[in-house]
Amino acid sequence: MTAITDRQKLAYANAQAADGRVNLEFETDEGMTLNMGPQHPATHGTLRIILKLDGEQVISCEPVMGYMHRGYEKLTEVRTYPQVTTLINRIDWLGSFANEVPFILASETLMGIEAPPRAQWIRTLLFEMSRIANISLFVGDMALHIGAMTAAFYAFRDREFVLNQIESATGGRFHPNFDRIGGLKDDLPKGWITDTKAAMETIRDFCDEMETLVEGNEIFQARTRGIGVIPADIALQFGLSGANLRASGVDWDLRRDNPVGLAWNEVDWNVVTHPDGDSFARFWVRLQEIRESTRIVDQLCDGLPPGPIMAKVPRIIKVPEGEAWVATENPLGEMGYYVISKGDLGPFRVKIRTASFNNVSIVPWVCRGVYVPDVVTILASLYFILGDIDR
Amino acid sequence: MSSPEVDEAAAPAVDEARQTIIEEFSAELGDAVVGSHVRPGDDVWIRVTRQSWREAGFVLRDKAGCRAFEFLSVIDWLPSPFGKNEDSPTDGPPNVSTEIKTGYAGGDTRFQVFARAHSLTRKLGVTLKVDLDEDDLSLTTWLPVYAGVNWHEREAHEMFGVTFEGHPHLVKLYLPGDFEGYPLRKTFPLLARHVKPWPGLVDVEPMPEEAAPEGEAPADADADADADADANAEPST
Repeated sequence: MTAITDRQKLAYANAQAADGRVNLEFETDEGMTLNMGPQHPATHGTLRIILKLDGEQVISCEPVMGYMHRGYEKLTEVRTYPQVTTLINRIDWLGSFANEVPFILASETLMGIEAPPRAQWIRTLLFEMSRIANISLFVGDMALHIGAMTAAFYAFRDREFVLNQIESATGGRFHPNFDRIGGLKDDLPKGWITDTKAAMETIRDFCDEMETLVEGNEIFQARTRGIGVIPADIALQFGLSGANLRASGVDWDLRRDNPVGLAWNEVDWNVVTHPDGDSFARFWVRLQEIRESTRIVDQLCDGLPPGPIMAKVPRIIKVPEGEAWVATENPLGEMGYYVISKGDLGPFRVKIRTASFNNVSIVPWVCRGVYVPDVVTILASLYFILGDIDR
Repeated sequence: MSSPEVDEAAAPAVDEARQTIIEEFSAELGDAVVGSHVRPGDDVWIRVTRQSWREAGFVLRDKAGCRAFEFLSVIDWLPSPFGKNEDSPTDGPPNVSTEIKTGYAGGDTRFQVFARAHSLTRKLGVTLKVDLDEDDLSLTTWLPVYAGVNWHEREAHEMFGVTFEGHPHLVKLYLPGDFEGYPLRKTFPLLARHVKPWPGLVDVEPMPEEAAPEGEAPADADADADADADANAEPST
């Protein structure tokens, strides 16, 4: 490996050592500086936020990322296409299956193949189940940040039913790695449909429970109503997506507006929006989205078409030269992959556009002028996964 | 995507909605639009000159109506001098060409910045590209166009070394402050891979018994074997 100089090796070693050091100066001339994180429970992982305070009020706030940067964009360049799905499973670890789908779809676009209908329906099914597993945890988690412990345990309890179904279909609870270029690894197991419908019943009960327990709670409303308001125009400028955008009154859902090769258009469901744009709206929209998702899952289970689950693809997957962008409406928002292929076994470059990265970039804007306890509720309501920010 | 069946049925499909976007850009920017590409029913690419980058942003937002920002990033078109980093550390570096071949909408330089926004009313997105000279990797910031470009520009700065003029806080986003080099450039080695070679290549070798019936796959596999045999040639960079 003559091409690597000693200097580069030294730089690598230095960078590894620097990981353990904190490299920010704390200024004390204006107000007080408060460090939040990286291990604060409200940060869903390791997001660090530096708040400058005037009394209890936030003057400015600066998120510090990189505690979980794994360099997936670089790593994809040295993997083959089927190997990439293993990596991208770990971007948003609560809705893993949903991460695989846009990448597989982008590869399929470049190869000019399309998965058979049954595979598309099962993809949509598992996609929606990842969403339910992901967002039901959000609902409990949001309540936890307001100070209500019970809801979080209910969320963990009921999410288990969905995870069990994902596990029995794919073999993996958190990282299914089930999607393949051209279709799926396997068909659904026997009796899966019945069990899934039962799980959806449980989730609907969970939603009812949360509505009475959390949404109607006076303290919850006082802590979230009118807090962290994001107007629609600002939301679009910052590239917010998913429930955060719909909570600002923007009627945009990629599942309806650009259902790239998946089966959302085949079933009957609604896009939920809320005009307020505050923390409460973001909670409410997500809670309603779980209900809609259970409806989608039920209808998909009923109408599942028969047929093969894999299109004819060569054993060694070489993707023709070209560029493709495919985005889908993931649990956290719009997630897209810009895949550039040069006709090799692996991608030339993959730009991963994750929802949380854009969703969190609005934090300095929205946290200006709020009080410290509200920072926690705003962060909770924006709902991010650290792996989804840092990639 | 799901619609191509319809589009391809209309033979050499013309995507009028996306052609209109290119025409709007040409009408506003004139010669500053130096390249474009449309994949009917899927996507549109437009390449503009560096001088008109910010103006192109305003056209994208206001004239084309793409108010929702998606991302901004950089492409390094140089083929990686380290190949796929799948070789044994005892072998020499793989024989990789240094020819720069750019993608849709063309391009003349190694580095290209590309950004994307989409329109809620037209229900389509536009990818803008711009060439950057290797000696002068700087570009006007898009902050006045989309506020959300802030972190994307910081990321592009630390990962590729592109400077965005007018950006007020162009500091590292992910990496430690004293990190040297630009990790996403193709010339930056993936050192973890050089320390311990990647065993994954074994997985994609063809099974001997499957070599006959599948028409396409064995041919590809042979081509790979030849490429591996050439791997001991002199490094080209």
